[in-house]
Amino acid sequence: MSSRVDAAGGPAASVVGAALPARRAGSRLRHALARRPVALAASGGLGLLAMLVAGVAAGSVAVPIEQTIAILGHHLLGLDVAQTWTAAQATIVMELRLPRVLTAMTVGLGLAVAGATFQGILRNPLADPYVLGTASGAALGAAIAVLIPVRALVLEFGLIHGLAFLGALGAVVLVYRLSRVSGHGQMTSLLLTGYAVASLLAAGLAMAMYLSGAGLRQIFAYLLGGFDAATWGRLAAAMPLVLGASVLIMLRARSLNGLLLGEEAAAHLGVDVRRERTVLLGLASLATAAAVTVSGLIGFVGLVAPHVVRLVVGPNARLVLPLAAIFGAILMVGADLAARLVGEIPVGVVTAVVGAPFFLVLLRRARTGYEL
Amino acid sequence: MSAATAPSAATAPSAVAASTAGTVAIEGLTVAYRGRPVLRDIDLAIAPRERVALVGPNGAGKSTLLRAVAGLVEPAVGSIRLGGASLRSLDRLSIARRLAVVPQLPMLPFATTVEDVVALGRLPHEHPIRGLRPADRAAVAAAIDRVGVGHLLGRDARELSLGERQLVLLAMAVAQAAPLLLLDEPTVHLDLRHQVEVMELLVDLNVRDGTTILAVLHDLRLAAHFFPRVVVLDHGRRVADDAPRAALAPDRIRETFGVDPAHVGELASSPQAGDGP
Repeated sequence: MSSRVDAAGGPAASVVGAALPARRAGSRLRHALARRPVALAASGGLGLLAMLVAGVAAGSVAVPIEQTIAILGHHLLGLDVAQTWTAAQATIVMELRLPRVLTAMTVGLGLAVAGATFQGILRNPLADPYVLGTASGAALGAAIAVLIPVRALVLEFGLIHGLAFLGALGAVVLVYRLSRVSGHGQMTSLLLTGYAVASLLAAGLAMAMYLSGAGLRQIFAYLLGGFDAATWGRLAAAMPLVLGASVLIMLRARSLNGLLLGEEAAAHLGVDVRRERTVLLGLASLATAAAVTVSGLIGFVGLVAPHVVRLVVGPNARLVLPLAAIFGAILMVGADLAARLVGEIPVGVVTAVVGAPFFLVLLRRARTGYEL
Repeated sequence: MSAATAPSAATAPSAVAASTAGTVAIEGLTVAYRGRPVLRDIDLAIAPRERVALVGPNGAGKSTLLRAVAGLVEPAVGSIRLGGASLRSLDRLSIARRLAVVPQLPMLPFATTVEDVVALGRLPHEHPIRGLRPADRAAVAAAIDRVGVGHLLGRDARELSLGERQLVLLAMAVAQAAPLLLLDEPTVHLDLRHQVEVMELLVDLNVRDGTTILAVLHDLRLAAHFFPRVVVLDHGRRVADDAPRAALAPDRIRETFGVDPAHVGELASSPQAGDGP
């Protein structure tokens, strides 16, 4: 058959990716990059390190870069460097900025991986980590916590964190169970149910805010999200959940790839669709819940990061998931840095200002229809 | 057919023992949707390296039979064995190594190049962590070459015509390199030249690689011309199972398809149809 096509003038490429038709330079660049995932990941890792140093050095009290690196090297790696910094600088770096930057990275990573996962399972490019009601659940939980006049702290965790976490997971479980009763196609049903439950929870949130009185500002701060309350203890609780869930998702990249062609084709390609869907939704929801518990609601990173990575390396989840994780982390630290430098505005404002225009561009580029 | 592409090790079925690989044994199969039987008491045995066309009017149960063989619908009664093993006992990955299906045209959520799509055919074989290995890439390249979609490389599969997408999905199934290939209307969106080329490719996969082929076809002429065995389904029952000339005899065409056989014309078996076992 190929010989006929050859005779008809079509070039037959013998190696995939090589001998691409000179059709689009962008496509060729994409392929060159996609074939070097290790180089991409390495440069991403370096970028992450640079963001870490920048994020720790900058702020209302600037710590010079070389001293920042010296403090980090001394405290984290045990390097024997001559002490050129003051005790105050060491405290700022180690107790305030480092946990804050690492929390931002963890949250950015978790949201990006969860976003890529939800987009893949729901086969919907407009899905984000909050699509199954995680955000509304967490918000309502936090708002209710503000209304309850108990300020018990367990290991740096207040009622607000506990209820936010439970609210996020509870909302997903509710959406998942309700959607199974509905008669629509599984994924359409999930999306519609997620929308309905989120609306219901939003009504509850509005009620809670109406009743909150002096607590309104606190609820509002949670809704906008931020990292100013980051501590080592909270990071230590969130990080294992986020990283663990993300790694387990990455190990299931094959399933996400199969789902690219739809559930039936995925089954033909050897994916146990029902099981994988449940496991992946659960893991992504866990990562999201852990992230929103320590950061509040920060939009757009989970939506945008996977898409940017896909534009560069294509839809292969084996590349998209780890690279989106790195990029999401960088993006979040950058947004937090920008928020701090502008003067402690909420991070959610920065990500929205950057993310919303990108989202609109994405919508314009979308040529073919989506399933809902 | 092209003499340039020898069947490589990567495209030859190897996952299942050669003696039983590609066999299908269906016994007393009844499938019902919401209590309404779609397939009734079907017996069908397909030997390795056979090439079987499945024909019948709309709603006869052809697609359902394919879906049952692929393990997507649960039989109400009866059993299906693939390569000697009960379908019920196989997990999805084992099934995907025993049979490949050319899927329906899907809606792709993200920009996906033609080679990305074809590479999905290697999912059942690729390394769980590392992904595609050199042997997988070779199989993908060979499948692209064999189906003749090399000129589409680098293009977003969402921008292709229906016919082009159908060929790309066929290439994906070829890259899967399973001993049994199931196709549901593989030529429906194709022009005449590509219809014939796809049929010739199926014959080639069958004769040279030893792939068992089970294809649902609407075009009785293509079925008669390219397949040595034709199974006719009607109202969920197997009403004929024979060489094309016997299975598609004028009486059968009048009775099952409700058409005057004169409209169908002479359903001549070609010498090619005799190439099979």
